[in-house]
Amino acid sequence: MAEIKLPAMSPTMEEGTLAKWLVKVGDTVKPGDVLAEIETDKATMELEADDGGVVSELHVEAGAEGVKVGTVIATIAGEDEEPAPAKKPVAEKAPEKAPEPLKGHGDEKAEATVTESPVIKAEAPQPPAPSGPTKRQTLREALRDAMAEEMRTTPEVFVMGEEVAEYQGAYKVTQGLLEEFGAQRVVDTPITEYGFAGLGAGAAMGGLKPIVEFMTFNFAMQAIDHIINSAAKTLYMSGGQMRCPIVFRGPNGAASRVAAQHSQNFGPWYASVPGLIVIAPYSAADAKGLLKSAIRSPDPVVFLENELLYGQSFDVPEGDDVVVPIGKASVVRSGADVTLVSYSIGVGVALEAAAELAKDGIEAEVVDLRTLRPLDTATVLASLAKTHRMVVVEEGWPVCSISSEIMAVAMEQGFDDLDAPVLRVTNVDVPLPYAANLEKAALLKAADVVAAAKKVCYR
Amino acid sequence: MARTPTGKSKAGTMEARGGWPRPDEPQRYSASRDELLEYYRQMVLIRRFEERAGQLYGMGMIGGFCHLYIGQEAVVVGMQAALEQTDSVITGYRDHGHMLAAGIPPEAVMAELTGRAAGISKGKGGSMHMFSVEHGFYGGHGIVAAQVPLGTGLAFAHKYKGDGGVAVTYFGDGAANQGQVYESFNMAELWKLPVIFIIENNQYAMGTSVNRSSSEDQLFRRGESFRVPGLQVDGMDVLAVRGAAQTAVEWVRAGKGPLLLEMKTYRYRGHSMSDPAKYRSREEVAAVREKSDPIEALKKEIIDGGHADEAALKEIDKAVRAQVTGAADFAEEAPEPELKELYTDVLLGRY
Repeated sequence: MAEIKLPAMSPTMEEGTLAKWLVKVGDTVKPGDVLAEIETDKATMELEADDGGVVSELHVEAGAEGVKVGTVIATIAGEDEEPAPAKKPVAEKAPEKAPEPLKGHGDEKAEATVTESPVIKAEAPQPPAPSGPTKRQTLREALRDAMAEEMRTTPEVFVMGEEVAEYQGAYKVTQGLLEEFGAQRVVDTPITEYGFAGLGAGAAMGGLKPIVEFMTFNFAMQAIDHIINSAAKTLYMSGGQMRCPIVFRGPNGAASRVAAQHSQNFGPWYASVPGLIVIAPYSAADAKGLLKSAIRSPDPVVFLENELLYGQSFDVPEGDDVVVPIGKASVVRSGADVTLVSYSIGVGVALEAAAELAKDGIEAEVVDLRTLRPLDTATVLASLAKTHRMVVVEEGWPVCSISSEIMAVAMEQGFDDLDAPVLRVTNVDVPLPYAANLEKAALLKAADVVAAAKKVCYR
Repeated sequence: MARTPTGKSKAGTMEARGGWPRPDEPQRYSASRDELLEYYRQMVLIRRFEERAGQLYGMGMIGGFCHLYIGQEAVVVGMQAALEQTDSVITGYRDHGHMLAAGIPPEAVMAELTGRAAGISKGKGGSMHMFSVEHGFYGGHGIVAAQVPLGTGLAFAHKYKGDGGVAVTYFGDGAANQGQVYESFNMAELWKLPVIFIIENNQYAMGTSVNRSSSEDQLFRRGESFRVPGLQVDGMDVLAVRGAAQTAVEWVRAGKGPLLLEMKTYRYRGHSMSDPAKYRSREEVAAVREKSDPIEALKKEIIDGGHADEAALKEIDKAVRAQVTGAADFAEEAPEPELKELYTDVLLGRY
């Protein structure tokens, strides 16, 4: 008897949906036969039999959501074994508790599982809900809607990248766009980052408004010459004549267990370059509103997403014309005792730390930078003037980082407001290791933020 | 004259031609008297302009890197003559000639070289970074081969907008060894983009000859793996270039996808003004000047063909000299940019 367990089908997969059984009890299967279709956070995949035999039991019914990796989903009797008598064709229920279905979004296929990681909890801490009517959406859906809405109103906007069209996006962010806008505007490229980043920049110079998706920003290092030398500098070098309105977007920062070459925060790299706009949102509402602003901007934008946040749900304003201004930070939690400054996934860590600190009577103010260039130093300094203490929280390396920059700003422009040195809590200054315990030790943690905040409060 | 090389190929008798469609061998262009005189005028303008730029560099009026186009004039003049208003042109850092051929006033180019406010980039770009969207000239790019995917992107925009335009993308034999060139060939052919790739093969990538840097030194074949047809053209003969340009523009504008033209040419001067010139002999340079100079050849053709006499050409020479002197005087006297320009043109939006 062989037990078939739900395998992890992607680095971030913790659970999946058993979309469809392709075998039934009593069927004889050969190695390689497809047993079931499994929907993961990234794609719908086929589960194949490793060994031949007779299907003796199916433990999970078709359509079950939230089936944890490792759950036994079927039993196959070896070919020389007696098949076990099937008591009932399909188990009544999935053995693991399925999460509440996500509400309020149109495309069920885009529904995705939430990834738990050392950095972010299964349910990301929520910023205050936006004003006005909202709907609950995952971040990936919000990004998709932002692109679709802008493509509907502006014919020059098109999306290009690896697997953005027929595959529906390596992380499902471009899901459905091909169907609505066609292959002329949703362009699958060869694996050719250097080439298509340059081609996109040239198309922007020629009057279009490209959205260039990098499957992850790790691969954009192959293309960084065009982001910086071609896109960022042309306006200046041409004395203001030649524009390059382009958005380079994709996931950035550490994902889960993909090790050093696929886990890096490039925010500080791009934020150091004059001529670029750099955006790194936390919530789905900000991601949508800022991506719309980025697409409308006449300047080149690097838009840094986070894979671990794609499946997280947030309240997003209703309506297709709600934008968030570029260059404005947001106070996502008010407090009088200490300021926690962060961006992207670090905001979730800061909010988690703030909740812990409140238990000890310390009220932290959390500032989400949202845009890394131009940096909203006014909001940061105003918060510092209120709390007199500051900790910078960054999922990334400490050296020459956004933290370094915020600390320098506090020193240069907020010195008189400081009652304690500014501290930073970041990832450990090493390439990200693979082993689970080492990875956990290397990444940003709320407990360290709590400790740093207590330190600057002399508690 | 356009030709398909035979004996010179390392591949010997191996035929590089695949079974996919390709244009007919181009014919040398049969130009009218007015066209001949105009090509002559443009080539002389580029030559005199570049000589003057070299002098200004020597006087310290031009700083940094400065790459002169002397010897290669027939390439850009022959190509530009076949283009329409809707077309776009992009090249690398040896760009002065391309700008003059595109009709950009010599004063604005020279003033950019001297770093003045009246320069085409307000003095903020310099020799390698000049642009004029108004003239369909998209730069002027300082990173070797970066203009190749950018030009492919211009072609993508032409096709997307359906404006009938063609993107002419120049690069050198040195750039031809960069990987992004082949990424561009692949996408251009895959998507049938209206782009003419032009390798200006002046034989040397800085000081490294094509033979010392290229496993396939017949550069017109470099597109074959991507089914981009290639033609080799005598880049020292403006009428051969003009003929090849005709063939290329017709092919590409008809939606048949990209075409690669290898222009066999030669630069008389160093790679840049700081070239030690140790990698080739004086005799080699002198021999090319003597036997293959594009301006002398056209001059002879004009006179021998009875299109104009020596006196008429001297008139053109004189007018060009006056124009270049005027541009140089302007560029020397024009004021530098105001200091506030330091902070302008970084971003367009207000954030």
